Amino acid sequence: MDKRVLLIEDEPNIIEAIRFILARDGWRVDTHADGTTAFDRVAETRPDIVILDVMLPGRSGFDILRDIRADAGLGGLPVLMLTAKGQVKDRDLAERMGASRFMAKPFSNTEVLASVRELTGA
Amino acid sequence: MPRSALTGTRIRERRTMIGMRQADLARLAGISPSYLNLIEHNRRRIGGKLLVELARNLGVEASALTEGAGAALIETLREAAAGHGEAEADLPRLEEFAGRFPGWAGLIAERHRRVRELERTVEMLTDRMTHDPFLSASLHEVISAVTAIRSTAAILADTEDIDPDWQRRFHRNLSDDSRRLAEGAQALVAYLDEGTEDPGVQSSPQEEVEAFLRARDWHMPELERSLPPDPARIVAEARELTSGPARELALAHLKRYRRDAELMPLQRFSEAARGAALDPGALAQAFGVDPGAAFRRLAALPEDRAGGSVGLVACDGSGTLTFRKPVEGFSLPRFGAACPLWPLYQALSRPMAPVRAVVELGGATPQRFLTYAICQPVLAAGFDGPQVLEAAMLILPEGTVALPRMAAQPVGTSCRICPRRGCVARREPSILADGF
Repeated sequence: MDKRVLLIEDEPNIIEAIRFILARDGWRVDTHADGTTAFDRVAETRPDIVILDVMLPGRSGFDILRDIRADAGLGGLPVLMLTAKGQVKDRDLAERMGASRFMAKPFSNTEVLASVRELTGA
Repeated sequence: MPRSALTGTRIRERRTMIGMRQADLARLAGISPSYLNLIEHNRRRIGGKLLVELARNLGVEASALTEGAGAALIETLREAAAGHGEAEADLPRLEEFAGRFPGWAGLIAERHRRVRELERTVEMLTDRMTHDPFLSASLHEVISAVTAIRSTAAILADTEDIDPDWQRRFHRNLSDDSRRLAEGAQALVAYLDEGTEDPGVQSSPQEEVEAFLRARDWHMPELERSLPPDPARIVAEARELTSGPARELALAHLKRYRRDAELMPLQRFSEAARGAALDPGALAQAFGVDPGAAFRRLAALPEDRAGGSVGLVACDGSGTLTFRKPVEGFSLPRFGAACPLWPLYQALSRPMAPVRAVVELGGATPQRFLTYAICQPVLAAGFDGPQVLEAAMLILPEGTVALPRMAAQPVGTSCRICPRRGCVARREPSILADGF
């Protein structure tokens, strides 16, 4: 069975690029752009890994991460955080809140692919 | 504690002006010429009976010898010395220094003012870099575009067997994103360019508005007419208002001024004001307006109509001063917080409760003022809030109104330059306390 990624990101062209790269590598990619409903989508689709942008409309990626980590069923889900601010502050916050990995934009495709593989043990 | 602020220099100036010899003045005042010489060179402090005696023989009021422009210089020098150990140790000889080396003293005061201005500019620029929503939104936009371009370009370069449909799609995305990137970068450059030319960096918008109002004695005759010009035109023509934010603040002020003028026409209001001894409570009743509006109207009266100078200070819910019209003897701090004992802040802690108090400012000759203060909700966002509060305090000097018989509350300007040593509301040590 295909491994599944849920990409939570609101930039259509970034979504398209990531979707293409991962799909070619054999992943099934679901996407979601709205922060307020993102957690429900995670709970519903139960992916193998979540790629989560920090700056989302409606709700911050950090808040969504907190909910994921607080949920008994989803607690161990690998989460790769993306942010436009590669600041030390954001990185620290992401680590403290339990992000599996943190990647600053602009990232390279191979980096994303390698991280996704590594975090899921694929 | 007497504070002579170059009293000696004034005595000497007055004596030479009327052509009196030092020995003669000394004899008339009953002191030795050498002692008078020390006084005139600010080497000895002087106060009380001897000062009165010298003033009488020089044909002036004693206060004319003790007050004046020198006080401001001394005050600035005191501030400059704050936190500098060696200069603080020399504070007792400050007046002697300013008297003997007026040029150097002036230079230090000027440098100190400049440093303060620059510090403020740096603070504003730092704030701008870290908190400016436009800057952070633009950067986010640029980084998002770069991310999409990098990723898409890598796909096109690295995928050999790419489907033609996908290829077209990615080319279109690249084109869109590069346009977005160019626009974002241009907006950033324009914004940073504007920043370097923005004269608002020199001083705060509030200070520009104050300079604008000060130049007009806080009274706008053109807005008193029955067919006034558009406030926007007045703002556009004002040379003092150079930055966008200052023009915005000034426009809001003038629009409010006009509304106040309509509700309280100048002629009728000034007559009523004199009749009520400038009591804003009585005037608010008479004109059916809220007390804050009566405060503003009183502060906008020309001095001859009010019967003297009228000061006004306003703050928001955080205590930050948002409006400053000072009166002689009651200085209002330019930066930082004011004296927590001001009736203004008492009013702020009890919205809608009127406060009337006589206050006394510390200093060489303590001065008293009658103050009225009130805090009102602005209801900018209606009843559902957030609640925005605005407090104001009207300051009436003793020369403008007769002070009521009530105990005077001791207050200051700002802790750093306040001489009240044992004040319970003190927030930081005074730089004056050890100077005497």
